Amino acid sequence: MSTDKVVKLADLNQPGFVLSEDEQHEIEHALTHYPDGRAASIDALKAVQKRRGWVPDAAIPVLAQAIGISAAELEGVATFYSLIFRRPVGRHVIKVCDSISCHLTGYDELKAELVKQLGVDYGRTTQDGRFTLLPICCLGACDRGATMMIDDDLHGPVEPADVAKILGTYA
Amino acid sequence: MTLRSAKDPNYQRPLTRLIDRDAGPLDLKGYEAEGGYAALRKAIREYKPQDVQAKVKEANLRGRGGAGFPTGIKWSLIPMGPDAGAKYLVCNADEMEPGTFKDRLLMEQAPHQLVESMAVAAYAIQAQTGYIFLRGEYVVAAERLNQAIAEARAAGLLGPNVLGGPWSFELYVHTGAGRYICGEETALINSLEGRRANPRAKPPFPQIAGLWGRPTIVNNVETLCTIPHILVQSPSWFKELSKGKSSDAGTKLYGVSGRANKPGCWELPMGTTARELLEDHAGGMRGGKKLKAWLPGGASTDFLLPEHLDLPMDFDTIARAGSRMGTGLITVVAEDQSIVAAVRNLEEFFSRESCGWCTPCRDGLPWTVKLLQAIERGEGKTGDIDQLSRMTRWLGPGRTFCAHAPGAMEPLQSAIKYFRHEFEIGTVCELDDQKPEVCTIPGGLPDITDHRDHAPKK
Repeated sequence: MSTDKVVKLADLNQPGFVLSEDEQHEIEHALTHYPDGRAASIDALKAVQKRRGWVPDAAIPVLAQAIGISAAELEGVATFYSLIFRRPVGRHVIKVCDSISCHLTGYDELKAELVKQLGVDYGRTTQDGRFTLLPICCLGACDRGATMMIDDDLHGPVEPADVAKILGTYA
Repeated sequence: MTLRSAKDPNYQRPLTRLIDRDAGPLDLKGYEAEGGYAALRKAIREYKPQDVQAKVKEANLRGRGGAGFPTGIKWSLIPMGPDAGAKYLVCNADEMEPGTFKDRLLMEQAPHQLVESMAVAAYAIQAQTGYIFLRGEYVVAAERLNQAIAEARAAGLLGPNVLGGPWSFELYVHTGAGRYICGEETALINSLEGRRANPRAKPPFPQIAGLWGRPTIVNNVETLCTIPHILVQSPSWFKELSKGKSSDAGTKLYGVSGRANKPGCWELPMGTTARELLEDHAGGMRGGKKLKAWLPGGASTDFLLPEHLDLPMDFDTIARAGSRMGTGLITVVAEDQSIVAAVRNLEEFFSRESCGWCTPCRDGLPWTVKLLQAIERGEGKTGDIDQLSRMTRWLGPGRTFCAHAPGAMEPLQSAIKYFRHEFEIGTVCELDDQKPEVCTIPGGLPDITDHRDHAPKK
């Protein structure tokens, strides 16, 4: 996607948080899409999360200033959306679809197997920092239930017997 | 080279005629070779914006996002003319309705179709900017749409002075960060503005004051994708597609998920019956089980029974049967599956996804979940089923800020209506020795803060 508009951010970094050049470019690019900086709030949060896995508290005032809203307002946005992580997550995030079609096609068994193998329940990260386990809304792949997403990869249908092999492909 | 459209010589499957899942989506060159962007060229060269609006109205296209509102009427409310100022077209691609997997197919497999559709629709309402509000988990769709937009812009089909004319149109993909409520039209607008996705009060309707207070049209992916075909063909062709099956025009992406043999999504004439979907296309129920109940189109639609399978799946017929067609992708429950557990799953979803803005929804849904969990464990108490029925009214239409909680109540009210005995099995009756025929709630309303004791089943 390209437009002719260009936005350049001033140096906003604070001692506790320094935006990388990549992050800064991504936010500048997002700002070209909207007539109002606030609209880039989710893009800005995601730019940081993409590279660091989560959005640390210290990032909020820096990002808020970049898009021209108050830190409190950005905090409100950051805590509303379920896929903005405000605590560190594992190297891989497992999102298990718990909606009705998967519920009818083996969700309970899949979740039980994941909990058994990982030793953690929803909202937790394994001790080795490898996986974080989360539930997610219908993944829009109901013909392949039961489904789960690991990072950007969709898996389905997943039988409990497949879980070990799938997890093994994520280091 | 054979064209993909050769497989549909009579133009009976407009939305999916160019889709070949094995070969993947067409690039700009391939799409144009199949007649792609002809509708945009035709619109800009031959029609005034109002003419395009009139064609869509004449075709009787109804919104495919679930509500079935006539698209032409929605568009007709937008201010036109040289003084109308900034206007926006937003594509609702936040597909998160449980049991729905149609827009993903259109965006992953035919990205240029959606890009062209956005351009045609934006021309019709004279919007200068468009956004595709895409859920963040659809990473493949995001990549393909962005690529299609870049190709189209480089070819002058988007951007300044589209096709050399006076009208300019920029199109962007905006990806979300979760929360089902973003699919609600006004919550989506708030989210797109970078705010928490709480719905807005209506009126004013988005057509008058939407994104950044400007006139805005929000249409679903499937609705938009239909529009170029109406222009290339004609409104009468569109109505002909469902002739003899339904008074609703065109084709629809129908689907089956749940306990079926071959779940899937297929483009069929509007008014196709659920029996045809389940038995002919999805290969019947898995393991030879009988069908117990089905949701016609997502989590927020009332359950129907096997006896409703022969009804044509269109907006009015399914509404007359006491449900809603919703997204038209049915979810089937087998005879050996628990309705109470299914409803508990649905209400847990709605409870988690409530935005928390209004009290009936924020507090009523967790309460509903607690009651259902107790009944599922066989620990329901006297009055719990009545309390659930009361919930369907307290959280019903007109009692809440948006349609989230009323939608949540639809599967619950129909489950109680059709399967009350399953709820009763999970309820321990506390009868008064003096008046054994009276079932009252001891001490007023059930105490939701109370952790239910383990009690023997009735």
